[in-house]
Amino acid sequence: MTETRPRSRKSPYPLWFFIPAAIIYGVLFLVPTVSSLWFSLTRWDLSTAEFIGLENFQQFFSEPFLVKGLVNTLIYAVTTSGLKTVCGLLLAVLLTSNIFARGFLRTLVFFPVLVSTIGIGITFTVMMHPTKGIINVTLETLGIPGPGWLTNPALALFSVALVDVWKGVGLATLIFIAGLAAISPDYYEAARIDGATRLQQFFRITLPLVRPATVIVVTLSLIGGLRSFDLIWAMTRGGPGFSSDVIASVIYKQYQAGFYGLSTAGNVILFALIAIIILPFTLWFNRREVEE
Amino acid sequence: MTHRIKLILAGASALLALVAAGPSHADTTLSFLIDNNPDTVAAAEALVAAYQAKAPDVTIEIEPRAGGGEGDNIIKTRLATGEMSDVFLYNSGSLLQALKPTQTLVDLSGLSSQAKVDESFKSVVRADGKIYGVPFGTAMAGGILYNRKIYQDLGLSVPKTWADFMANNAKVKAAGKVAVAQTYRDTWTSQLFVLADYYNLHAAVPNFAADYTANKAKYAETPAALKGFERLKDVHDAGLMNEDFGAASYDDGLRMVATGEAAHYPMLSFAVGALKQNYPENLNDVGFFAQPSDDAATNGLTVWMPPALYIPVTSQHAEEARKFVDFAGSVEACKIMVETNAVQGPSLIDGCDLPASVPPAIKDMLPYFEAKDKTTPALEFVSPIKGPALEQITVEVGSGIRQPADAAKLYDDDVRKQAKQLGLPNW
Amino acid sequence: MRSVRPYVTGAIALAVAAVIFVMPFVFVALQAVKSKSEASRLDFELPEHWLFWDNLIAVFKARDYQLALAYFNSTLITVASVTILILLSAMVGYVMQRRKTVWNRVASIALFMGLMMPPAVVPTIGLLQEIGLFKTMTGMILIQVAYNLSFSTLLYRSFISTIPRDLDEAALIDGAKPRQIFFRVILPLLKPVTVTNIVVQSIAIFNDFTNPLYYLPGKENVTVQLTLYNFQSMYTSQYNLLFMNILLVTIPPLIVFIFFNRQIVAGMTAGAVKG
Repeated sequence: MTETRPRSRKSPYPLWFFIPAAIIYGVLFLVPTVSSLWFSLTRWDLSTAEFIGLENFQQFFSEPFLVKGLVNTLIYAVTTSGLKTVCGLLLAVLLTSNIFARGFLRTLVFFPVLVSTIGIGITFTVMMHPTKGIINVTLETLGIPGPGWLTNPALALFSVALVDVWKGVGLATLIFIAGLAAISPDYYEAARIDGATRLQQFFRITLPLVRPATVIVVTLSLIGGLRSFDLIWAMTRGGPGFSSDVIASVIYKQYQAGFYGLSTAGNVILFALIAIIILPFTLWFNRREVEE
Repeated sequence: MTHRIKLILAGASALLALVAAGPSHADTTLSFLIDNNPDTVAAAEALVAAYQAKAPDVTIEIEPRAGGGEGDNIIKTRLATGEMSDVFLYNSGSLLQALKPTQTLVDLSGLSSQAKVDESFKSVVRADGKIYGVPFGTAMAGGILYNRKIYQDLGLSVPKTWADFMANNAKVKAAGKVAVAQTYRDTWTSQLFVLADYYNLHAAVPNFAADYTANKAKYAETPAALKGFERLKDVHDAGLMNEDFGAASYDDGLRMVATGEAAHYPMLSFAVGALKQNYPENLNDVGFFAQPSDDAATNGLTVWMPPALYIPVTSQHAEEARKFVDFAGSVEACKIMVETNAVQGPSLIDGCDLPASVPPAIKDMLPYFEAKDKTTPALEFVSPIKGPALEQITVEVGSGIRQPADAAKLYDDDVRKQAKQLGLPNW
Repeated sequence: MRSVRPYVTGAIALAVAAVIFVMPFVFVALQAVKSKSEASRLDFELPEHWLFWDNLIAVFKARDYQLALAYFNSTLITVASVTILILLSAMVGYVMQRRKTVWNRVASIALFMGLMMPPAVVPTIGLLQEIGLFKTMTGMILIQVAYNLSFSTLLYRSFISTIPRDLDEAALIDGAKPRQIFFRVILPLLKPVTVTNIVVQSIAIFNDFTNPLYYLPGKENVTVQLTLYNFQSMYTSQYNLLFMNILLVTIPPLIVFIFFNRQIVAGMTAGAVKG
């Protein structure tokens, strides 16, 4: 069937399909995000906004507890992302190999991903109590002195990070399982015939070929880690003192205290942080893939 | 068949509408927001019960909220978003000023009960010449609760200087008990050593409050002000705290000092009310003394005005709320509260006297009020600025994370933020 | 000899997984059925009396049945926002994939931003107040739609590429209007990914704590996660009720998961690898 007449045919894919979503998304997400750039430069109390230039940002980079939040955010994001990626891959390898009760194990590992973060936070806080918590009590009976998981300022952030990994590794594992399944077994066959050990097979075949999944896992977990709030808030509220504050909890605390301009500045910084970290990373990874 | 059902339904809904329209004066329901301390809850419930008996067409729903810094923030946020209850309980003094009362609260100057309220209280709920609150409870003091049994067993006497206090602590520790209970799960409890030291600070630098408000004096630059932070550090460094100080709660602290697990618990005297609710058998084992300075001659109490009841301008039932609040500020209500809870200090309503027998902790406090110049209102009542992050900073000092000098600087920065947000001059 | 290995590794893996992944849940369940004094010991001893129903009722009754109200609110928000979300994102994903238009580029960038950028909370509150949607259920529902639109739309766009255009053309020839092509032909074919999407979004929205915290303050609007968080301060010494509360809050997503287990796994991997 040919169209001889040059008039433009009306597309069967209507553009107005965009409109409802565009309105909701534009008004409730895009507009505030753009306006935050303006409000972060003000001292704001929801009714009046007084322009103060970069003062909010100066405070963020000079006041020790705000700087701590910034640093902690990076530490938290890198730690959780790294652990989720490594453990996720190892678990995925285990759960795609020939072991008994494989399906059941996969479900078990994925379980925590679906559960309420607040519930997990409260549960682990109770379990991590320095003297009464089940973790330290068990360690005591084994003769090991249990540390103050959430009360030792040097440990608090890492303890929360551990719980975060516990909760999220199932998702990473799932994505890696899918990625591993896409690798053709012929590669392994050929390698085995060539006499390669299991370890060599892993590093030469698995690791490179699972890259798409790795990129997804690392990207998702980095973004999630940078924005993390729920678990930290439920477990430590940023304490003891400020030792486990991250940008998201700082944003919330400043909001609560009524320092709206400062809080919005925190949002802009988080925004910038994510952009600075994720964009180059994604570009780097994609380029490497092209080279391969 | 369906036609008949429709008819029945129509009739029923018409009847319902008629009933719902009801008598001309509808029942009012007031919402009442309080903090979740057991003594507050008990007192509030007693007040509400008494009021509802007098005014049966009014129902009051009590809602407890978290205390400390988080509670402050709940109050601020609810006011800002117009979500506040009809009546709410909150601190007086600088914390009230942070709410911008002239914009957000109903003027209560005209209430009949105001006639009997002490001027010292009125001064801390006043803004722009108008009065915005009604007292809830008695005045209280900040100092150190101590376990009398331990003192008796070890032959200790109430310390008059800080050195004596630390000596007592050493003996308690040697006897295998916790010397000083600290409860950082509830971060607000960590501020006591700093805040209760104000009497001593005031004695050393009488003009501090005024200079501090005018941005002329700072915590970090005033050695006497730094003392409070240093005391906290001393207690930490001498290893006097309970093992689980990072995770212990206010409730744990009360338990420890009441049952003799710990010898000392720095706290506000409203804790006596909580003790009466939760540990009544141990109430007589707990005493109270003012936080000592380095000099035995300077020894006095830092006093807190009680919290007050306020009405937000956004309340839909302002008239009914006013009546309830007026009742709460009356002599009758004061007497009900005194009966329910242990008294926490002298009353601020003329005609509401203290009962003849009071718990030992309160008895210990009264001499300070009766003598001259042995009490000072806390800083937050003589200056409108209090930084919101103090309790986290004091947790850091008490946990040994931050040095006092550094902490004081941090607090000064925090205070500057608050002062600017309030739009104070000279900042 | 070699055939024993999978069983041995499997058994070890099972044991380790049980300790790490299952133990916390067992802990919660155990404390939830104990009495107050037994629960305060926080150990793994079995309770003397199984107080499951007593504790359940106590938690539901607390603060004037606040948990029941919270369930209603959370469910309403979840169902309403997921329904709107599915519809709108499928529509956008469909047109983006099928039609060549300059708007696609704009939409792509906008959606990508939504995946990465954290929403600016305080300006959003200010905006909602202006429109009059602050602290309303409607506002919350629309927010959830807006925040989850990116993921959902990109998922649909990717999946629709597997539906051949011939079907569209066939329907056109049959005289179908554009709207009808979408609703009668395409949408039904999207069922597998829609099921996955519904499950994933529902669980995420039901478990969301942060957004209701900011945008839905107020007693009448309380959600399940917020109730759990608030009850922490109420149950300082009643661990058994606190854990019963946790149990009740974690059950619904669990039920959804058990029903849709297979679909979730299939859908996730399909979207992820095709990318």
